[in-house]
Amino acid sequence: MLGASLKRLWHKLGSPRWFFSLTTRWVTFFGWSAAVLLLWGAIWGLAYAPADYQQGNSFRIMYVHVPAAMLAQSLYIGMGVAGFIGLVWRMKLTDVAISACLPLGMVITALALFSGSVWGRPTWVSWWEWDGRTVSTLVLFFLYVGIYALREAIAEAKLRARASALIAMVGTVNIPIIKYSVEWWNTLHQPASFGLTQKPAMPSEMWLPLLVMVLGFYCFAGFIVLLRMRSEILQREMNARWVGDWITGRGAP
Amino acid sequence: MTLQPLLAVNTLSCERGGRRLFSPVSLSVLPGDYVELIGANGSGKSTLLRTLAGLHSQFTGEYHSQDTLYQGHRLGLDGLLTPLENLAWLAGLEDHTLDHETTLNALDRTGVLTMAYSLCAAMSAGQQRRVAMARWVLSSRKLWLLDEPLTALDASAQGLLRDIIAEHCANGGAVICATHNAIAIDGKSELILDAAIAETLP
Amino acid sequence: MIRGALVREWQVLLRAKGAVINPLAFLLLTTMLFVIAAPDAITTATDEASAVAPGVLWTLVLLTQLLALDSMYRRDFDSGVLEQTLVSAQVPFVTVLIRIFMQWLSTGFIMACLGPVLGVMLGLSSQALPATALALLLGTPALSLLGSVGASVTVGFNRGGVILALLVLPLFLPTLVFGADMVMAAQAGRSVMPQVYALSLISLVALALAPFATLAGLKISLEMQ
Repeated sequence: MLGASLKRLWHKLGSPRWFFSLTTRWVTFFGWSAAVLLLWGAIWGLAYAPADYQQGNSFRIMYVHVPAAMLAQSLYIGMGVAGFIGLVWRMKLTDVAISACLPLGMVITALALFSGSVWGRPTWVSWWEWDGRTVSTLVLFFLYVGIYALREAIAEAKLRARASALIAMVGTVNIPIIKYSVEWWNTLHQPASFGLTQKPAMPSEMWLPLLVMVLGFYCFAGFIVLLRMRSEILQREMNARWVGDWITGRGAP
Repeated sequence: MTLQPLLAVNTLSCERGGRRLFSPVSLSVLPGDYVELIGANGSGKSTLLRTLAGLHSQFTGEYHSQDTLYQGHRLGLDGLLTPLENLAWLAGLEDHTLDHETTLNALDRTGVLTMAYSLCAAMSAGQQRRVAMARWVLSSRKLWLLDEPLTALDASAQGLLRDIIAEHCANGGAVICATHNAIAIDGKSELILDAAIAETLP
Repeated sequence: MIRGALVREWQVLLRAKGAVINPLAFLLLTTMLFVIAAPDAITTATDEASAVAPGVLWTLVLLTQLLALDSMYRRDFDSGVLEQTLVSAQVPFVTVLIRIFMQWLSTGFIMACLGPVLGVMLGLSSQALPATALALLLGTPALSLLGSVGASVTVGFNRGGVILALLVLPLFLPTLVFGADMVMAAQAGRSVMPQVYALSLISLVALALAPFATLAGLKISLEMQ
């Protein structure tokens, strides 16, 4: 009884149409939340947070760098989880999610690398420093590129979905190992440089705006991913009746 | 006594690239049956056979098959091995061990005994096909799925192929064969694959 | 079935010696090229620690492995052997496992045996030579295992080499880090036990993960045609 209804719910969750109608409001919610949070966090962080006693004002790039780095990793893990669900339960929607997360993830990872580099200039007096976090992010970028290249190479949609799901899953399992190995490498081969974000005592006026920015970035990602997923669904379901009805205003999805 | 079907296909339709290849087919294959798959190029004959062999997962409908031997365009013979070694490995997949005598007899029957100890890479396409036929004879699998088995065969080999299929069916096996040239087997049935009405699947 | 698969792999290995010899020749050749290109980085005094040798050695091993991986399933794919394995084998998983093992035996294992020679060529201090072999022995299984996953999804492509590199090289990074560091530690006379554990752990995780993923990848590739 419970099993059957769970199964029905699961089936429903996998249905693109149901997802489309469910997320109509979510897009608006995430979009506005992202706008408000990012604006609020940016003004607070850039104008009102106190300057760092060591780094001066240059530390403020943290308000972009840290959320970007966190989000870059979350999006990849999200792809891995989606891949796992897609492979195990053969759900169509998961590939839509992967295809939506992939380009955003690549751009955000690039942003994390770029902002790290800009931050590194005044801090380390060099545009590029082989810091542990930098290396981890760079490897993450290559993991994204690998899936991107794989997807480009496979013409058939269902096989592309399965192959990229598999590789995203393998990559996700390896992320902790890669992170640990890079940390190990960093502590051994790097002259002790002070960490960028793990200040022992960051005052709350400094980290509260960061928290707002992190939330803002995640809402922004939710907004973009949902938007992309929805347009991907429309494209894939182009010939379904409900899409036609929705576009011509004859019915709700 | 009712015979247990070796293959039961229920409204099966294969897809490729999001497109349905042929209108759904239903089919029941009993021991002794020989079924010829008919259809134009690109009608999905090969894909149907690959589906039945478990190599293609994009389909709607259902099928139950067991005990299948699949022979695709690629023969499954390693060029670096001799026919004897290849046959031993292929039998090993089915958890069999072949004795030397039986293997040589099978190769003799398909006319490639003299090549038993030379590498498959050095053999002609037709000779390799004959080795593959020896493999069918040696296999214990009941249902054979053959994709264009007449390719590269000379007249004598074509006769041999017909005999081997007829013999397998007479011994309680069944064969599904995709081919453009009909093979004269008594009591054969045909399965015609119609191009599906152009539709994109949801 | 296991015996049959092992016999076949062994026969093929004996007849296609190029699969073993070519990567080794590549490894020695690139090592030579490095030494020629950067002679000042090589110290020939055998008791002196070399700063570059461990890293160069491991990088070249990674690239050699990558080169060998490209053809890991290619022949079996083209000849239909792979297809027959998946259709007919009682447990295709075991066949895949055997394939990976033989691939490691013909590349990683031999590179491990050759490790000390490469170390000497690159001016590694002599006390680090046994550790070099051990590090390669423990680390290369992970390369074969993780590489097998990449090879399985790219085998259906006409030119899968670059994509294979993009897919697997990032996954090779942990092995590179601990492998090179183990050689470093041995040169400096430090304990190599942490690296031994780390390399073993990486290879074990890969062993738990890769055969299943490879099987899934091969199924995808076989469906491409």
